[in-house]
Amino acid sequence: MFVAWRDLRFAKGRFALMGTVIVLITLLVGLLSGLTAGLGRQNISAITGLPADRITFAAPSGGQDLSYADSAVTAEQVRRWEKAPGVTTAEPLGITTTTAAAEDRSTGVSALGVRPGSALAPDSRAIDDRTAVLSATAARELGLEPGGTFTLAGQELTVAAVRGDAHFSHTPVIWTSLTTWQHTAPPLSGGDKPAATVIALTTTGDADPAATDEAAGTRTVTRDASLAAIGSYTSENGSLQLMRGFLFAISALVIGAFFTVWTIQRSADVAVLKALGASTAHLLKDALGQALVLLTAGAALGTGLAAAFGALLGGTDVPFVLTPATVLVPAAVMIVLGALGAALSIRRITSVDPLTALGSAR
Amino acid sequence: MSIDLTGITLTYPDGDSRLTALDEVTLHVPKGRLTAVVGPSGSGKSSLLAVAATLITPDHGTVRIDGTGTAGLSRRDLAELRRRTIGIVFQQPNLLPSLTAAEQLQVMAHLDGRRPARSRTRALELLDAVGLADQAHRRPHELSGGQRQRVNIARALMNDPTVLLIDEPTSALDHERGAAVIDLITGLTHDRSTATILVTHDRTHLAAADETVEMRDGRALARAAGEGPAAGQEPVVT
Repeated sequence: MFVAWRDLRFAKGRFALMGTVIVLITLLVGLLSGLTAGLGRQNISAITGLPADRITFAAPSGGQDLSYADSAVTAEQVRRWEKAPGVTTAEPLGITTTTAAAEDRSTGVSALGVRPGSALAPDSRAIDDRTAVLSATAARELGLEPGGTFTLAGQELTVAAVRGDAHFSHTPVIWTSLTTWQHTAPPLSGGDKPAATVIALTTTGDADPAATDEAAGTRTVTRDASLAAIGSYTSENGSLQLMRGFLFAISALVIGAFFTVWTIQRSADVAVLKALGASTAHLLKDALGQALVLLTAGAALGTGLAAAFGALLGGTDVPFVLTPATVLVPAAVMIVLGALGAALSIRRITSVDPLTALGSAR
Repeated sequence: MSIDLTGITLTYPDGDSRLTALDEVTLHVPKGRLTAVVGPSGSGKSSLLAVAATLITPDHGTVRIDGTGTAGLSRRDLAELRRRTIGIVFQQPNLLPSLTAAEQLQVMAHLDGRRPARSRTRALELLDAVGLADQAHRRPHELSGGQRQRVNIARALMNDPTVLLIDEPTSALDHERGAAVIDLITGLTHDRSTATILVTHDRTHLAAADETVEMRDGRALARAAGEGPAAGQEPVVT
């Protein structure tokens, strides 16, 4: 790194320009990652927070994909799953997006219906047909505290407690009884009320979900796989991840382009060093070290800025998640991909002919 | 002997045929001797220097540097040989723009795996030897042409080479500065007992050489003893 360090100090302008690009890309990737995680959490946290390992849907007809919006399980299907071997618990869960109102405020919410005492909802023993547990966001948007009253699809309910901050499909969750939920849910095609939307299972190794699905007319997937049944999550998350992927690819290309030009500019120096006895391995190590210093410094600064922005956004309604996974992982990926781009560029050092140092005019 | 070039033939591709740059050239230069190589453009002077510097492999012939044959050596081994045994003074100074004068020398120690910080004392000694003790902190753009060429020479000496290969060192200098550089090279050759090949187009420098080799059309034609202080010991040239 003897020459590389001095190049960094000597060509301050060029490296500062490239460093700024790395800082800005890292900042952008960091912000996008935090936003992706935040939006994702607003979509799925009610499901990922369930104490269940599998989710059972009513089997869709006509080869359609699973969907939380379309699924409706019957009481008979719930009973079959409760008795299925290897199933520890089978809790019906109703999910409907509706509107809640309190005094002059109203907001879109997801009503999640559970049996009183169910492990699915926080503080569920406080839930009955006249009470509900509100997530923090639902309570804040409705201006409610425990003991306050609100209406949910025409039913007047009392706030039993405010617990957690679960969201489903970008709406805050209100945990209700199944009976309350059934009043909010659309009726089945025959006019009957659905027992629930899905069944949340906890299973042991003895469970045979395929056999029970066959018998009950249901389809069971793991909890994480069931996230694909939230339509908005799949399309939204896919788009954001695609943007993130493109940013990573662009950063690798930009860094590769910079080091390509830089290597071409200093190829005369490389020829001199080779003529003086520098090994190609030594020169490659020197150049890659220089790239890593630039990448690490730029990514560190960009990550720091992203973290600062994330901390500022923490007190607002912007769904931003600031965790090591959303800030440090993108920085690490930036460094790895940038180093790859730089490595592909600086390999042209191997083809520099030291003979050109003899008689070359500088 | 420190440089032994025996029966060197070197050709370059030239369209469908090959151009002969060196034709059965043999040159032996012992330690402490300065051999000047002169000749018109295209006569093979630079090719001879490139072969001696192990930067190009001849089609035929053997190259021995300080007793080490170069045939069959890997690029890595050749780089090590150049680093430890050969000092090259380029036609143009070829200094690295980001390094100070002292660092231009220290980088040689770094390439050889030594800590540059520990080599600073030696770098300063060498700069003092070429009259640049007070310019150690300056970068190339802050030095005059003559000063840059002196740094170029000092850099070649940094790893205590036994062979010095010097390519047109005065081509960018005025007569006075050029003469000073030649005096410096002559003194270093004898003081440090290096086997030195000086490629030059300027015949006024021949007086400083112990031997002179005339190149023409790739052949070492004639040879004459120089008028330098060690004249009298004949180099072998065919």
